[in-house]
Amino acid sequence: MKEILVRPERCMGCRSCEIACAVEHSVSRDLFRALSEMPQKRLYVEHVPEYSLAVPILCRHCEDAPCVAVCPTGALTQDALTGVVRHNRDVCIGCWTCASVCTYGVIGRDRRARVAIKCDRCPELDVPACVSACPTRALIYGVVEDLSEARRAASALKLARGVAASR
Amino acid sequence: MANKPATESIDPATTKMLLEARRAGLETAWDRFNKQQPQCGFGLLGICCRNCNMGPCRIDPFGEGPDKGVCGATADIIVARNLLRMIAAGAAAHADHARDAVIVFKEASEGRARSYQIRDEAKLRALAAEYNISSWGEGGGAADLANALLSDFGRQQGSVMLTHRAPEKRQRIWEKLGIIPRGIDREIVECMHRTNMGVDNDPLHILLQGLRTSIADGWGASMIATEVQDILFGTPSPKRSEANLGVLREDEVNIIVHGHEPILSEMIVEAASDPEMIRLAEKLGAKGINVAGICCTGNEVLMRHGIPVAGNFLQQELAVITGAVEAMVVDVQCVMPSLGSLAACYHTKFISTSPKAEFPGALRMEFSEERAAEMAREIVRTAVENYRNRDKSRVIIPREKSECMVGFSVEAILNALGGSPQPLIDAVVNGSIKGIAAVVGCNNPKVQHDSGHINLVRELIRNNVLVVTTGCNAIACAKAGLLRPEAAAEAGDGLRGVCESLGVPPVLHMGSCVDISRILVVAAAIANRLGVDISDLPVAGAAPEWMSEKAVSIGAYVVASGVYTVLGTVPPVLGSPVVTRILTKDLGDAVGATFAVEPDPFKAARLIIEHIESRRKGLGLKV
Ligand code: SF4
Ligand code: SF4
Ligand code: SF4
Ligand code: SF4
Repeated sequence: MKEILVRPERCMGCRSCEIACAVEHSVSRDLFRALSEMPQKRLYVEHVPEYSLAVPILCRHCEDAPCVAVCPTGALTQDALTGVVRHNRDVCIGCWTCASVCTYGVIGRDRRARVAIKCDRCPELDVPACVSACPTRALIYGVVEDLSEARRAASALKLARGVAASR
Repeated sequence: MANKPATESIDPATTKMLLEARRAGLETAWDRFNKQQPQCGFGLLGICCRNCNMGPCRIDPFGEGPDKGVCGATADIIVARNLLRMIAAGAAAHADHARDAVIVFKEASEGRARSYQIRDEAKLRALAAEYNISSWGEGGGAADLANALLSDFGRQQGSVMLTHRAPEKRQRIWEKLGIIPRGIDREIVECMHRTNMGVDNDPLHILLQGLRTSIADGWGASMIATEVQDILFGTPSPKRSEANLGVLREDEVNIIVHGHEPILSEMIVEAASDPEMIRLAEKLGAKGINVAGICCTGNEVLMRHGIPVAGNFLQQELAVITGAVEAMVVDVQCVMPSLGSLAACYHTKFISTSPKAEFPGALRMEFSEERAAEMAREIVRTAVENYRNRDKSRVIIPREKSECMVGFSVEAILNALGGSPQPLIDAVVNGSIKGIAAVVGCNNPKVQHDSGHINLVRELIRNNVLVVTTGCNAIACAKAGLLRPEAAAEAGDGLRGVCESLGVPPVLHMGSCVDISRILVVAAAIANRLGVDISDLPVAGAAPEWMSEKAVSIGAYVVASGVYTVLGTVPPVLGSPVVTRILTKDLGDAVGATFAVEPDPFKAARLIIEHIESRRKGLGLKV
């Protein structure tokens, strides 16, 4: 199962991911044409002033998703296969229960329809729009196990270097 | 939103060389373009600003984030300022090119640059008369003219001299708007001042300065460059040549001249025909020395000497990949910095010659006016001696090349018409020629290489629109065979008849990018003859594959001159509704012409034809 994984140390705060997300959710799916549609983004590049850092925050599609658990209308469901948390705007009543329990605060408000709006992991794309837009690969689309494996290998290498040096 | 990977080219020679590039694992502009995808939305819309260090700032185009920069600049202000800086940079490129030509002319007329002579005495006299130079004596006139030309650059008051060439009505419009340029450099400097943090912050006010600066380019810098180059190197007249990578020769020393200035390349052409150099080449096993051009340096020597042209902007890397180029000699503008590392994969010497332009991996052989001929010989010798190092097993020269007829300066066109523009005007009036379109500009990997150019031009001539061309569009047309008189067969019946009776192609190559000034002169002549303004004429402009800032300045002066212009790639302005409206609508009321953006060449042709028809109606001509 693939996830969007964030490597915050690489984020430059350029907001290309936000633009790409908004455009992908426009009718025209074209930057220039989307200008007249004013589509909404579904992820947020947050600024952390204490550290002068930008951190992209987006729906984690939690395996045990609290928003899905609390939604009274069944507007939020989780795909059994992909784990993607989907939102059905036709049955959403805009009660914001989901928003109150979302740990990441990534349930937004649709400016026009007055219902929730959230990341849908770009169902029509092989690679989500935000991931392909990120110029520094701060966002990656991959399997958690692979990321962890790479991280393990990197720490093992560091450790091994230390051991070798102290021999 | 990602741009799709670049669809590469409609030119078979280019496609072949790209295959070879891939096979050899070499990177080209197309690969780098794909790696840049998706390109930054803020940049594409023109809504990022780095003009001060409170920034960088950017505006959220979708209205959720910031709507102003730190200083309070809105998207409209930021886009207008950025556009003005593009115009300033483009105009500066042409101004600096023109200045260098004038300096060579000055040095030559004062007897210091001995490699150069006056080749067009009549043009010299005519231009001197325009500049009110009366003191004609022992070389005095030419030197006085050179000084007068130079003073156009730094002039602080009054107006750039050649703006007087515009029709009276046009000059009055400029005067009313307050956009008659004072000095060429002054306007460029003022652009930089106005866009400095906290100066000019009204989009319309900013854009008017853009028009003024661009007029200083079109009716100043570029026009001066054309005039002086004609005086020094001769005014082009019709001649035949060939175009595309197939002009490179398997058994000769190949020297490519690339960039924009004819000042050194003229000398190289001469040095390459020196018997001593040819003997040296033969001694090393080559059959001769073949000079070929790329981009506008290529156009300059093509127009004046029929030197074949190896390709347009996006083919510069491919020329090296043929493995058959002994020296790629460059001056300024449109030279990719990638050439150094690419040339290093072959025996090719990448030689930079301008004091202004250094490149990684280049062999530096700096040009100077006094030593021009000597320098050129040294460069040619370096190329010839490098023939030994050519690895024949790596040579792949595509077979494609097309014949072309080039050299249509204003004088040459008048000559073909029998000395007066009247036959052309008659053909337009009686409708055999529906109108005239100037199709110009670069290549850009955002567009399938040459397809924007060729499809638009074909569609226009099919509809009896005479096409005049310069720059990389001209090279695209040459490669596609559209610059042959026989191409008249592809034109509509009316245009075909005119071309066949005059023995000219339906697409007239008028020169390099600075030679768009020639097109302005033709437009002014026709307007004057009819007693109307340029904006009343059934004419239009197009830049289907533009990429350079120079093209922004050109587009601006063409529109400011009253010519409706269709762009094939989107300029970075759409982030501002106000600037977009000014460019596509309000300018129509102000200067009688607007910009349109249409990436589809067939739709662009439609727009142009509709515009031409509306102008025909306005003049009471049958549509
Ligand atoms: S806002 Fe919509 S999606 Fe969220 S809990 Fe309420 S009904 Fe469900
Ligand atoms: S995956 Fe798609 S919907 Fe989700 S944040 Fe990225 S671009 Fe937006
Ligand atoms: S595109 Fe990448 S680098 Fe830019 S803000 Fe988003 S996560 Fe950060
Ligand atoms: S000039 Fe204004 S918009 Fe530009 S960087 Fe400075 S503060 Fe930002």
